[in-house]
Amino acid sequence: MKLYDYVLSPSCYKVRLMAALIGVKLEIRPVDFHPGAEHLGPELMALNPAGSIPILEDGDLILTESTAMLAYLAAKAAPEWLGSGAPEETARIQQWLSFSHRLTASLGGARLHEMLLRPGDIAALQAQGIAALRELEAGLVEQGLRGMRFLASDRPTIADIACFPYVALAPDGGILLDPYPAIRLWSRAIRGLDDFIEMPGIHRLHELNPEPQIEPGAA
Amino acid sequence: MRDEWYPVGLFSQLDRNGRNTVLMGEPITVALDAEGAATVTSGSGRALPVRVRYGHVWSSLGNPRKELFAIPEADQPGRRFVDVGVVRVRCSPLRAVENFLDIAHFPFVHTDILGAEPHTEVEEYKVEIRKDEDEVWATQVKFYQPQAAKSANGGITTEYMYRVPAPTCSVLYKTCPPRPGEWDVITLFVQPLAEDLCDVWPWMALFDDATPMADLIHFQQTIFLQDRSILENQIPRLLPLDPGMEIPTRADLTSVAYRRWLKRHNYTYGAQLVAQ
Repeated sequence: MKLYDYVLSPSCYKVRLMAALIGVKLEIRPVDFHPGAEHLGPELMALNPAGSIPILEDGDLILTESTAMLAYLAAKAAPEWLGSGAPEETARIQQWLSFSHRLTASLGGARLHEMLLRPGDIAALQAQGIAALRELEAGLVEQGLRGMRFLASDRPTIADIACFPYVALAPDGGILLDPYPAIRLWSRAIRGLDDFIEMPGIHRLHELNPEPQIEPGAA
Repeated sequence: MRDEWYPVGLFSQLDRNGRNTVLMGEPITVALDAEGAATVTSGSGRALPVRVRYGHVWSSLGNPRKELFAIPEADQPGRRFVDVGVVRVRCSPLRAVENFLDIAHFPFVHTDILGAEPHTEVEEYKVEIRKDEDEVWATQVKFYQPQAAKSANGGITTEYMYRVPAPTCSVLYKTCPPRPGEWDVITLFVQPLAEDLCDVWPWMALFDDATPMADLIHFQQTIFLQDRSILENQIPRLLPLDPGMEIPTRADLTSVAYRRWLKRHNYTYGAQLVAQ
C-alpha cells in the first residue's frame, strides 16, 4: 500500500496514524508539497485530478479522500474501528466523518495561512474553526454523559482519527485549545493509545513517573 | 539594523508578477525583471539593494556597509542544495535564531531524531566571538543523536559547529554521515516581518546523493515545525538582552554569547533591553 505523503499535512497524518494504530505497513512516497507544489505536477494530477494529497494506492484501487482511506484500512485490518454496527453509533461515525471536512476547511485553512502563507480570509477561517471546535466540545461532553470517552463509542473509531489531527494542530492557525476541556481530555485519550505516532506539532504524552507508594498511616 | 542583509524570498520561486512581503514593518515587493534578475522594491517605489545567494534573494532597507556573509561550502562541488521553503512563526526573529543554536532541547522536542532520553547531557564546548570576522562561533559541540540526518543509519554521536554571521542568520556545520571529514551545512535565514513575527527560510548544502529531494525537505521541515510550536509559546516574546529575566546554564553558552554580541552591536530589533 503506497501513500503519497506530506509530512506536515494533517490529512496525510490521519492515514499514517490509522495505519500505525492497527499495525498496517505503508510504503511512503514523500511529495514536495511545499515549497515545490509537486501535488500540482503532471504525475500526481494524473492520479488525482483534484490536486490534493494524500493519495493511497493499493493495486488497482486509488483513493483520494482521507476518510475513505481510514475506512479501507480499518475494513482490511481492524474492523472494530468501523464501530459495532449499532444504528446510533453508525450514524454518529458518519456524522463526525462528514464534520471532519469542516475542520479541514476552517482550522486547516487557518493553519496554512498562518504557517505556509497560503491566501485566505484569516478572520473568517478562525471564526469558522472556533464554531466547529465548540460543536465538537459539546459533542464530547454529551458523549461523556453517556459514559463514552470517544466521539461515537467508548472505544476509538475512524471518526476520532478523522477529527483529531486538525483539532490538535489548531494552535498552528492561531486558535488556542485552552477553552475546551473535553477536547483536551479526548486528545489525551487518543495520544495515549498503544502505537500512537506523532507529527510535528502533535507531541506524544510524556511518560509519567509511577505514583509514589505511600504506606497507610506513614505520613 | 536597517543596514543588514535579510532574506526575502526563494530565488527559484520568483516570477515577473512578484511577491509582496514585509521587511521590518515595511511592505516590499520581490520580483524578476525582464532579464531574469531579482529586484526588490520598497512600498514607496524605491529600488532596494539585492543579492542572490544560497538559493535566496537578499535585501536591505538601508545601505549595507558589509557584503553579505560568505559560506564557502556553497561553492564546493558535489553538494546538493535544498530549498526547504518558508515557514511563518509568531515569534521574535532573534528567538528563532537562538532556538537554532540550542542543543539541550533536542531529546525533548526532537525526540528520537536529534536526541533521546536518557542521553540529555550537553558536554562542554567552546564559544567565542571571533574578532576578525565579527561572528559568534560555537565549536566542539557533541551530542548523541538517534537519527542525525536523513543519510544516517541508527544513532551516532554528532559533532556540530554553530556560527552566527548576521543578527538573524545562523549557519550550522554538522557531521556528514556519508562523508566523514566533511561537514553538512544547514542554515536558518530569518526575515524579520515585525519584532514578534518572522518568516524563516531554512536552507541546506549537503553531501547526500542517495536521498530524494522531497525526503530531505520533509526531514528539515519536520525538525523546524517541532520547534515552531515551542517558539510561539516562549515568554517574553522578545529576546531579553539584559540578565534578570532568564537564568542561563552552562549548556546555554552559545545563547549567552549571541545575546552579548547583539547587545554590543546595539541590535535591538526583536529584543527586550531591561528585564521587566
